[in-house]
Amino acid sequence: MFDSPTDVTERLAAVDYLSDDAISTSVFLAAALGKPLLVEGPAGVGKTQLAKAVALTTGADLIRLQCYEGLDEARALYEWNYKKQLLRIQATSADDDIFSEEFLLERPLLKAIRSERPTLLLIDETDKADVEVEGLLLELLSDFQVTIPELGTIAATRKPYVVLTSNATRELSEALKRRCLYLHIEYPTPERERDIVLAQVPGLRAELAEQLARTVATLRALELKKAPSVAETVDWANTLLALGRDELDEATVAGTLGVVLKHASDHTRAVKELGLGDA
Amino acid sequence: MPEPGSLVDRHVGFVHALREAGVPVSVAEGLDAANALRVVELADRESLRAAYAATLVKKPAYRPGFDVLFDLWFPASTSGIRPHVPRTDLAQAEVKELREHLAALLTGATDQELRAFAQAMVERFGRQESGPGRQNWFSYSVMRALSPETLMAGILRSVLQGHERGGLAEKTLRRRVDDNRRRFEEAVATDVRRRIAEDSGIERIARSAVRPPLDQVDFLRVTKADLARLRREVHPLARRLAARLTIRHRKGKRGRLDFRRTVRASLQSGGVPLTTHFKPPRPHKPELVVLCDTSDSVSSFAHFTLLLTYALREQFTKVRAFGFVDTVDEITRFFLPGSDVVEAMTRLADEADMVRFGRTNYGHALERFAERYGDAIGPKTSLLILGDARSNYQPPALDVLKSLTSRCRHAYWLNPEPRQQWDTGDSVASDYGTVVPMYECRNVAQLTAFIETLA
Repeated sequence: MFDSPTDVTERLAAVDYLSDDAISTSVFLAAALGKPLLVEGPAGVGKTQLAKAVALTTGADLIRLQCYEGLDEARALYEWNYKKQLLRIQATSADDDIFSEEFLLERPLLKAIRSERPTLLLIDETDKADVEVEGLLLELLSDFQVTIPELGTIAATRKPYVVLTSNATRELSEALKRRCLYLHIEYPTPERERDIVLAQVPGLRAELAEQLARTVATLRALELKKAPSVAETVDWANTLLALGRDELDEATVAGTLGVVLKHASDHTRAVKELGLGDA
Repeated sequence: MPEPGSLVDRHVGFVHALREAGVPVSVAEGLDAANALRVVELADRESLRAAYAATLVKKPAYRPGFDVLFDLWFPASTSGIRPHVPRTDLAQAEVKELREHLAALLTGATDQELRAFAQAMVERFGRQESGPGRQNWFSYSVMRALSPETLMAGILRSVLQGHERGGLAEKTLRRRVDDNRRRFEEAVATDVRRRIAEDSGIERIARSAVRPPLDQVDFLRVTKADLARLRREVHPLARRLAARLTIRHRKGKRGRLDFRRTVRASLQSGGVPLTTHFKPPRPHKPELVVLCDTSDSVSSFAHFTLLLTYALREQFTKVRAFGFVDTVDEITRFFLPGSDVVEAMTRLADEADMVRFGRTNYGHALERFAERYGDAIGPKTSLLILGDARSNYQPPALDVLKSLTSRCRHAYWLNPEPRQQWDTGDSVASDYGTVVPMYECRNVAQLTAFIETLA
């Protein structure tokens, strides 16, 4: 898929994802070693975006499994088409096999395994799912196969590129982590964030982007309830552009702080710590 | 792998050192790393570091230790990487010029420039003779010579020309300079370790250089910086604790009809649903009462657990928190949802009425609690007591505690002292332990383990 980490960096940059050493090397290794990549980090640092960018640049189909509390194998792996099965039983003699391909409903995991085309399987927010789902994933992640009791084991036609993301609201199991390569993404350095903002908001002046990135970095250091994400920085840049401001002074920050800080207590704290006066 | 033996040796030594420093590396992960070595460019140090990190380090808490060890095992080559830095200048220049150079670096420099400068400075100031033909390296002598922390005022003056002081621009600049100063200190420390390792072998320095990972830092010896980082660990823990206590609640009773399972079961009887299946009922959120020792001897532990309490408020229907030293006061009001955590902690210390004579008295605190807030405890309540059970030789009031625990659903006691110190001096840990199950809880790892046992 990729020749080297540098190749990864270049190709991701071509689809507007600015990578760094750690990200590129991990993405490259996941492809070269054929192992799933577990991406962890705070909300809004571009974990899902990374998976999308990799899919885009390699031309793979993106299959996404969004995890949530109560996700079960019927939604993640496969389901039998009961309606059709019932009709078949009533319509024909009883010796018909109703557990066959015809009645199988594919769910994301099975779809990714059976796909003939290059596929990127994104398992999003793995930490939101229950512990049992992790057990379900283990077979898939280590051997790229799934077992359906009525049909037997189905091995991957073509190994999908698997990306798992997690916000670390709960510790994933050792067994799961052992099978994956691990990448921790932190908030970008001000320099990188400036480049991201410039890539996403083309009309912005470079100096303003620089100021913006530094201010956001200062905000993140404040111990807020919810630190501003990269996406929110980009929103902020768009806001400033729309308002036609080209200097980020105290008044502007105080007036537009709501774009990046979404809790009243964070707001008061930032106003106090940064000396913004009355917002 | 037909690679030269030295690389394999180095790899094995590195993995071994990681394990010794408390990073759990399985055999399979070691093999993954070795496989990764075959596909990455070994000469590119940062991509080698990233490859090792991706395969071996699966928890952010282990990362700082990993970086220290990596720098020791795979040191940056020191020859020929800085043609752009005038070396002779750095070796000869006056301290004043060096400080100016450093000030310029602190306002904005790449990692490489900072590292190169740090190496030159260690070379110049870090060496101390420690006997004939022997030398030792220290970072404090570098810091003393350059004293980077005194550069701030000058930098502010020169960069902020024309800007108003005290405003946003100053805050941002201060932060950037502080960050860079920390990076510089880190670079100096790394280079000092590298030189010591060159002189006296990697293994010796490796053992003392790595600080324990964050989740094994002792609550009672926690530093201010650690505490700030610990705060970030609190929310996930609170979620987990809440989830565990809820699961215990869930057993028995059936809920709504589970349509999928019922239809599936009916296939065995030709589509006639003979047996019905039900979903488990919706879990009820339990109530929690936290009783927390806030005296100075356990203040950092109290700080942490109060934060935990604060985070728990979002998870439980009803959380009431009580703090005590020798008398007890309800402190729930300081932790209103949406209020500022740090501010709440300060207000709590100033305003709450928890101190009568200023010496911890568990017996009296428990009696007052039963008297004033006894109705907080009901059959649905989980009671969590946090404290070191050191009561200054006052009567422990075991009966009161017994009657309290008999009225609640579960009761747990978390003690931040190591188990060997229980019952020494004025500690009455075992006496309380007979009434309420007591757990040693000295660090985040143990707290996590405690939460796991609840299920």
